Amino acid sequence: MSILGTRVVRTEDPLLLTVGGTYVDDLRVPELAGAARVTFVRSPVAHALITGIDVAAAREAPGVVAVLTVADIDDLPPPPPAPEGEPPPGSEAAPLPMGGPWAEPLLAVDRVRFVGEPVAMVLTDDTYAGEDAAELVSVDYEPLPAVVDLDAAVGGETLLFPAAGTNVAVTAGGPADGSAFDGCDVVVERTIVNQRLAPVSMEGRATAASWADGKLTVWVSTQNAQISRFIFAGAFGLDPAAIRVVAPDVGGAFGAKIGADRDAILVAWAAKHTGRAVRWVETRSENLVGMTHGRAQRQHIKIGGTRDGRILAYRNEVIQDTGAYPRMSGFLPFLTGLMASGPYDIGHVETANRVVVTNTTPISAYRGAGRPEATAAVERAVDLFAAEIGMDPAEVRRINLVPPDKFPYSSGGGAVYDSGEYVKALDQVLTAAGYEELRAEQARRRERGDPLQLGIGLASYVEITAADAAGGETAKVMVHDDGTATVYTGSSAHGQGHHTAWAMLVQGELGIPMERVTVLHGDTDLVPLGTGTYASRSLQLGGTAVHLAAVDVKEQARAVAADLLEASAPDLELDTERGVWQVRGDPASSRTWAEVAAHAGPDGLAADANFTDGQPTFPFGTHLAVVELDTETGKVALIRHVTVDDAGTVLNPLLAEGQRHGGIAQGAAQALLEEMVYDADGNPVTGTLVDYAIVTAAELPSFELLSSETPATSNPLGAKGIGEAGTIGATPAVQNAVVDAVSHLGIRHLDMPATPARVWAAINEATARTATREGQ
Amino acid sequence: MNVTVTVNGSQVEAEVPDRTLLVHFLRDVAGLTATNIGCDTSSCGACTVLLDGRSVKSCTMLAAQADGRSVVTLEGLADGDGELHAVQRAFRAEHGLQCGFCTPGMVMAAVSLLSENPDPSEAEVRTALEGNLCRCTGYHNIVRAVLAAAGERGGR
Amino acid sequence: MIPAPFTYKRASSVDEAVDLVARDGEDAKFLAGGHSLLPLMKLRLAVPQTLVDIGRLGELSYIRDEGDHIAVGAATTHGELASSGLLGRDLPLLAHAAGQVGDPQVRHCGTIGGSLAHADPAADLPAVVLALDATLVARGPAGSREIAAADFFRGLFETALEPGELLTEIRIGKPAAPGWAFQKFTKRAIDWAIVGVAVQGGRVALVNMDQTPVRAVAVESALADGAAPAEAAAHAAAGTSPSEDLNATRAYREHLARVLVRRALEAAQAAG
Repeated sequence: MSILGTRVVRTEDPLLLTVGGTYVDDLRVPELAGAARVTFVRSPVAHALITGIDVAAAREAPGVVAVLTVADIDDLPPPPPAPEGEPPPGSEAAPLPMGGPWAEPLLAVDRVRFVGEPVAMVLTDDTYAGEDAAELVSVDYEPLPAVVDLDAAVGGETLLFPAAGTNVAVTAGGPADGSAFDGCDVVVERTIVNQRLAPVSMEGRATAASWADGKLTVWVSTQNAQISRFIFAGAFGLDPAAIRVVAPDVGGAFGAKIGADRDAILVAWAAKHTGRAVRWVETRSENLVGMTHGRAQRQHIKIGGTRDGRILAYRNEVIQDTGAYPRMSGFLPFLTGLMASGPYDIGHVETANRVVVTNTTPISAYRGAGRPEATAAVERAVDLFAAEIGMDPAEVRRINLVPPDKFPYSSGGGAVYDSGEYVKALDQVLTAAGYEELRAEQARRRERGDPLQLGIGLASYVEITAADAAGGETAKVMVHDDGTATVYTGSSAHGQGHHTAWAMLVQGELGIPMERVTVLHGDTDLVPLGTGTYASRSLQLGGTAVHLAAVDVKEQARAVAADLLEASAPDLELDTERGVWQVRGDPASSRTWAEVAAHAGPDGLAADANFTDGQPTFPFGTHLAVVELDTETGKVALIRHVTVDDAGTVLNPLLAEGQRHGGIAQGAAQALLEEMVYDADGNPVTGTLVDYAIVTAAELPSFELLSSETPATSNPLGAKGIGEAGTIGATPAVQNAVVDAVSHLGIRHLDMPATPARVWAAINEATARTATREGQ
Repeated sequence: MNVTVTVNGSQVEAEVPDRTLLVHFLRDVAGLTATNIGCDTSSCGACTVLLDGRSVKSCTMLAAQADGRSVVTLEGLADGDGELHAVQRAFRAEHGLQCGFCTPGMVMAAVSLLSENPDPSEAEVRTALEGNLCRCTGYHNIVRAVLAAAGERGGR
Repeated sequence: MIPAPFTYKRASSVDEAVDLVARDGEDAKFLAGGHSLLPLMKLRLAVPQTLVDIGRLGELSYIRDEGDHIAVGAATTHGELASSGLLGRDLPLLAHAAGQVGDPQVRHCGTIGGSLAHADPAADLPAVVLALDATLVARGPAGSREIAAADFFRGLFETALEPGELLTEIRIGKPAAPGWAFQKFTKRAIDWAIVGVAVQGGRVALVNMDQTPVRAVAVESALADGAAPAEAAAHAAAGTSPSEDLNATRAYREHLARVLVRRALEAAQAAG
């Protein structure tokens, strides 16, 4: 039986469970012996001019190696010139930071634009001295009004980038078509908020670097060693060949560690500039303001259709808060627009967006990156529409989901969905959850006025994975003369289990037991070219590349084995159960992989592959959440969560389920708990993990996962991505459940997170409204 | 000051600044890097170790406070022959870890829980892990693993 | 994040601890479990010059049956309180509430004395000792004195302890009325209470409804006048002055106090 599709426990785990991972702070390599510790001095104010920096006292402090400010950055090439004309706004081709007047410096030059912006760096012999010395750096700030509110940003009374003349960095999409909703019996519109979140990977950002003999080595906690190498090369004007980037174990990333950010570039620069090896590991307080945030959209949604439940038109107009610097230009709201209509067959779909800068931490990718925002909006819209026409939200979904015979389906948002069984996923979830009985229980509680009300929330979704499929991924498979194999992959893992998965692929194709397969990644000396892990792309691109390289090696081996056995190649077979080559039907003739590899000559058995896919894939599913809501206090408890997440053919259910579990928890946490809050002056209010409420085990139920596999058509593994699906489906399902729990009070919408205070305020207001009405 | 801590059965002695946190003593003096630092506010539990058999957050304790006492970290959990602890085995079997960063603290918290309550219910496991944050697993398989380890150890 | 430099001293007796702190004056602090003080020091919100460790003094760690009352040593941890059979039988409110403080790791280190002396209005045990009408014993250079719990909490993070005085013991009379309840309302299990309520017999104390833990005097007098729980609970916010923060407006805290007091009184009635 093939190992593919089975529940294989991870090869990564024995080390992680006995001596722990080797994260950047754990590296004890000789190059980093005696490395100086980097402590950043960060802006404590949201918006100000810098009128002076005095580092004299800090330089004199014990243990200080160097104190660096922008004045010391005299050895870097000038930034590339601004692109001619307007950047292609919100296009897939432009997920990069905007240059020109919007350019982001490394260290603040004469102005700071968010709390946490790097202003100076202190290098010390040890960590403890660093924090002491950093307190001695004196920076004079001349405060400017902070732009926090989105309307204030659009209004532009205060500009973050005066040379740009506006706070609106990108505008995309067309004006509303006045007649689009003409044929609708019912139209509902509403402004909703998809709040700002902090990614909070358990390991924050971390970078170490050494510069020796003209070569820069950078160890960085990143999702992409190879991309990082090109970023460093560009920043320092170095030949990429003079740079080695290593991604050691990475303690979570969730999109916020794509490439290398300005802090990482500065740490690497400090090593080159001072000649001393350096290491920086951020604190959580730094992480919550320094690592990019995610989401942060305000959406105006408008949905219309017929009284019998057919949705005819939908519009989603987004204001994307991009924080102090447009690091991803218009990419996130572009994805939101692309996926705007979700899994629904809607005749007329309109999207538009504006990207505005504010005096807050920059926004970038965070688990889902634009798609959770699209899904949350359309799922709220569908429920609003269902409530308006008085139809069960499950029924409205069934009526409007794209039917299986319409694939490939060109969506109103502009995507081409590859394959799907959307209605089947919905029905599977409804049946497993016992939807009818849940509704009956809800009715009973309402009837008896139970203070603990039940809410049932649905979200059907489709998402896009490997959106940049054309970028591809690399792999190399080698079989050695001791019968072992090595996989070199450009796809870096940070918890997903690539080592296990790639070894399974090799065993499945070559019959070499996975414990004899070594997987290497995240070191540009070993794997110079590759893309890395984001956008749920790994298995479908990186896994396929491994598979193709293994197939190539197999065909090479067939020829070698034929020579060895003095038989013709077509007569040979590989027995993948035993891992031996033999003449077809003659087990006695078998030769081991070691024997075949030894016979292969000086070049051995090795194959490279670079798999690029013509199109992304579109996983889909349905989530159903059940909450209990205490109407006296406003507190919500998620008590059940039932899902189908169809990501095509599953390689290892254990790993796929793990991705779903984590995604569901993060998604539910957005609906119920998490929000990065700023006060009116741009000071973070949720700057520690005491106030930024990460969900714990105590707030969650066990999840009920259903299986469904509709193979992708575009890659030989049939795989779609699974890394972000849980998050995308869970957030609106839980949010819809919360609203559903209080819908009998006349409440149609609650913004996220549904904190007790917010839920109680809504109930209070609804009750007062009813009382007033009854009093009239 | 001079601090001596029995770490995983061996005495570790060093002259350290008074303000040295136990987590830095373990990582930088004892050279045991499994124990991680995940926050500044005793919120995340990544730094959890056993002090005289009970779970504590080593980032919120001075090395001086552990002077003369016994600490067990993840590295010391397996027995002398390298036989893994039931909790370690269960975390692997149930896929109770992904990136691994919270894992050392999570495992030690689970070990401490099972020593105080060998037969916890699912709800008790969830509550007992309230001080340990994990961003990858959604806790689902961590809870399964702790329950499985309890079962294996005859708790159930 | 690490504390600013300080000098660490470990006391081998209460007398020595009091001496050591007296010698260093205002810049010296007692260190018990450290779970209130060290987080503040790591964020450099507290910068003492000297820490005097009393965490290991056996003479401060005990739970004793003294006949008409229970005596609890100030360095007894929350975990020890929560698992004490004696408290479980005679002072279940204290045992239960101690089991709700922080998380297991915090309970293994944090002490009742530390929690009371820190006097965070959002902490659980200050309100519990108010509801239990406990007597707190403090020792300073001039000797020992008793302070009624009702007189102990003076303001935000401010107590009746004089500089250099160490809280050594908490004495709690065995309750005459058996009914008790503890309600802690949080966003997450691990969070500090947004509002909390401790009830013992006819005494009701509130967490996080003012600068200090407070007795719900109006509720107590309504109860004394024979009011039913729901009726008495309507007065829960009377005379309080709760703060506003990320988690609650003032109006919401007042509302929560009414709901939680009602629930607590009903539970206490059922338990009694």
